[in-house]
Amino acid sequence: MDLTFTEEEDAFRARLRRWLGEVMPALPAKPAADDWPGRRAYDAAWQRMLYDAGYAGLHWPEDAGGRGATPTQHLIFLEETERAGAPYVGANFVGLLHAGPTVAAEGSAEQRARWLPPILRGDEIWCQGFSEPDAGSDLAALRTTAVRDGDHYVVSGTKLWTSHAEVADWCELLVRTDPDAPRHRGISWLAMPMDAPGVTVRPLRTLAGSAEFAEMFLDEVRVPISHRVGAENDGWRVTMVTLSFERGTAFVGEVVACRRMLGALARTARDNGRWDDAVLRRRLGRLHAEFAALWRLTQWNVSEAAAARPPGGGGGGVPGTGGSVFKLRYSHARQELYDAAAEVLGAGALDADHEWVAGRLSSLSYTIAAGTSQIQRNIVAERILGLPKGR
Amino acid sequence: MDFQLTEDQRALRRAARELLAKRFGPDRLRAAVGDPAPDRALWRELGAAGFFALRLPEEAGGVGLGLPEAVLVLEETGRALLPGPVVACQLLAGVVDGVASGEKIVGLCEGGREPVLWEHPAACDELILVETGTECRDGVGGGARGRTAGVCRSAAERVSCAPFASVDPLTPLARVTGLPRAEALALDASRLRREAALLTAAQQLGSAARTVELAVAHARRREQFGAPVGSFQAVKHLCAQMLVRAEMARCAVYAASVTEGDLDVTGAKLLADEAAVRNARDCVQVHGGMGFTWEADVHLHLKRAWLRAECWGTAGEAEELLAAGLIT
Ligand SMILES: Cc1cc2nc3c(=O)[nH]c(=O)nc-3n(C[C@H](O)[C@H](O)[C@H](O)COP(=O)(O)OP(=O)(O)OC[C@H]3O[C@@H](n4cnc5c(N)ncnc54)[C@H](O)[C@@H]3O)c2cc1C
Repeated sequence: MDLTFTEEEDAFRARLRRWLGEVMPALPAKPAADDWPGRRAYDAAWQRMLYDAGYAGLHWPEDAGGRGATPTQHLIFLEETERAGAPYVGANFVGLLHAGPTVAAEGSAEQRARWLPPILRGDEIWCQGFSEPDAGSDLAALRTTAVRDGDHYVVSGTKLWTSHAEVADWCELLVRTDPDAPRHRGISWLAMPMDAPGVTVRPLRTLAGSAEFAEMFLDEVRVPISHRVGAENDGWRVTMVTLSFERGTAFVGEVVACRRMLGALARTARDNGRWDDAVLRRRLGRLHAEFAALWRLTQWNVSEAAAARPPGGGGGGVPGTGGSVFKLRYSHARQELYDAAAEVLGAGALDADHEWVAGRLSSLSYTIAAGTSQIQRNIVAERILGLPKGR
Repeated sequence: MDFQLTEDQRALRRAARELLAKRFGPDRLRAAVGDPAPDRALWRELGAAGFFALRLPEEAGGVGLGLPEAVLVLEETGRALLPGPVVACQLLAGVVDGVASGEKIVGLCEGGREPVLWEHPAACDELILVETGTECRDGVGGGARGRTAGVCRSAAERVSCAPFASVDPLTPLARVTGLPRAEALALDASRLRREAALLTAAQQLGSAARTVELAVAHARRREQFGAPVGSFQAVKHLCAQMLVRAEMARCAVYAASVTEGDLDVTGAKLLADEAAVRNARDCVQVHGGMGFTWEADVHLHLKRAWLRAECWGTAGEAEELLAAGLIT
């Protein structure tokens, strides 16, 4: 067990810090939460800066356009960029964390050449069209159909909760290509251009008031067969590759941010007198231990991934199951953090414009999105503990 | 950074687990419930295997390992529910003659709280008292005041005690009422206290991980409504949360063994206490009526977890320290 860094890792951190110190002051002001074109431009510009400085796709394998960095370097990158207050992936989330890694792992040489460089440069934004009105936790129940017509699929159906659909250029789409096969064996993974005729996006307002996700109607959308990644009807397996990435290191920066926020909560409480309340103080003390341990769990998972890393690069995925343990605990801890923030604010917690109040609202999605807590517990119980499947 | 066990550390943990399984199996555990005094022969065997001398330098006849390794071994003793002052003997090997080899058994008590409880009083040859408050008493429960933090030792028979009915059948307790003619020991009291907290947390971790295994094994075996109860989500989700608690505690405890930071240890103890206590309670629940019997081992984990949670820093104290740590 070694928590120290090698000379190379220290040098990597120093170089990154120097670069962040240079570029951060030049960053434009953050756009308003509901200014979607502005947000896209801001996120894309940051990604372009990363690309130009050699930090884009840091932990992607080199043959996918990445830098082949180790998982530890990737961790340092996420830690330092968050510390510096740099933007997070934002609208590039799906491209960098799901669709890109899937194409890198499962795509043909042409597909990689077509889709990966624009993701890394921040030129193209992706969204994820998996969930449907009748297929949420039970994703394999999805009904959007894709029927072959010459060298195209004709796709029809409804997708739901599609984040960033309004600004996306591409959608990683799960469709049913064989309605007669067993559920998991009739699904394919397609890259659908969002400007194709027949795609209609209707934004949905979240409880936080913003339009983070959308409903997407697909009416006989023609998608070239060459846009399918992986074999026909093998989309379920292809998707599981994606999901293990999603549950891996996606929250590293956020844990760093939560730890910083905890310090701010304590200082605010001391200034406004709430610190005298021993119950609140103890609650903050407990959260201190909680987030420190979540950071250690992250380091543990990353070290495990490093040990399992294939020779020749690539970050290795954090195993989906270790990611489930983390996500379960983190999503609840985040909600507790924002509830504690509300207690520190008192009546100030009713001010919708307060940053912590917006954070409190959005924290509610953490136990739902990317596999609900109940589903994560099923995964932990069945795949790690080996308990029998059941109802 | 490589925050995983090394090959040697895995081997050490395996060896400790095997030794304990061989010498302190289920029958011995049940026998210990009736007579919890540490078995002197077993203690010497543990001594010979290097359990207590783990951190002593090789020149001094020790194994020359560090706190992370001590944590791994203590985790196994917690898992096995081994009775006896293992933490005390681990910390005082090399300080009190005969402890490293397992010849002598010593107790370690935390002064400055009320009551001062002493584990296994009848089995100890000596008692070591750690005072970390600003004002310490010369002789517990009265006597000259004004001494600062320190460590002192006393032969067991000189300690005056009152009886105390221990909730844990595997850990007899006495209430210390006086330590006449105690002799000062030149030890760093706050370091001793920190290490005692960490090693106690390691035992809690072992217990927390063990109750996950017990719950899962029972949930797979026991059938109701024509199916293993472990196929019901209500049960499954209890088990999943148990694992999450144990794994969080594991990362916190292991990291604290590497950094030895005060707040790291405090946080690790807090999470390990919670994992051990809550996992044992959930384990009782998963066992149903069986879980409420004296027969099943589960209550032994719960009671020991309660006891350890009271030692070397309670939840309330830990939370206050951690809160203060947010501001400085
Ligand atoms: C902010 C946000 C962004 C999202 N972005 C996207 C996106 O970009 N693309 C995309 O495809 N999807 C996205 N989703 C959808 C998300 O993946 C689903 O909401 C999630 O998988 C749950 O599905 P559902 O909403 O249909 O809930 P349901 O599956 O209907 O669940 C309802 C309740 O039942 C419980 N439940 C369901 N099945 C079980 C079971 N087997 N055992 C125990 N309990 C169960 C659930 O835990 C939940 O509490 C997003 C969701 C949110 C909140």
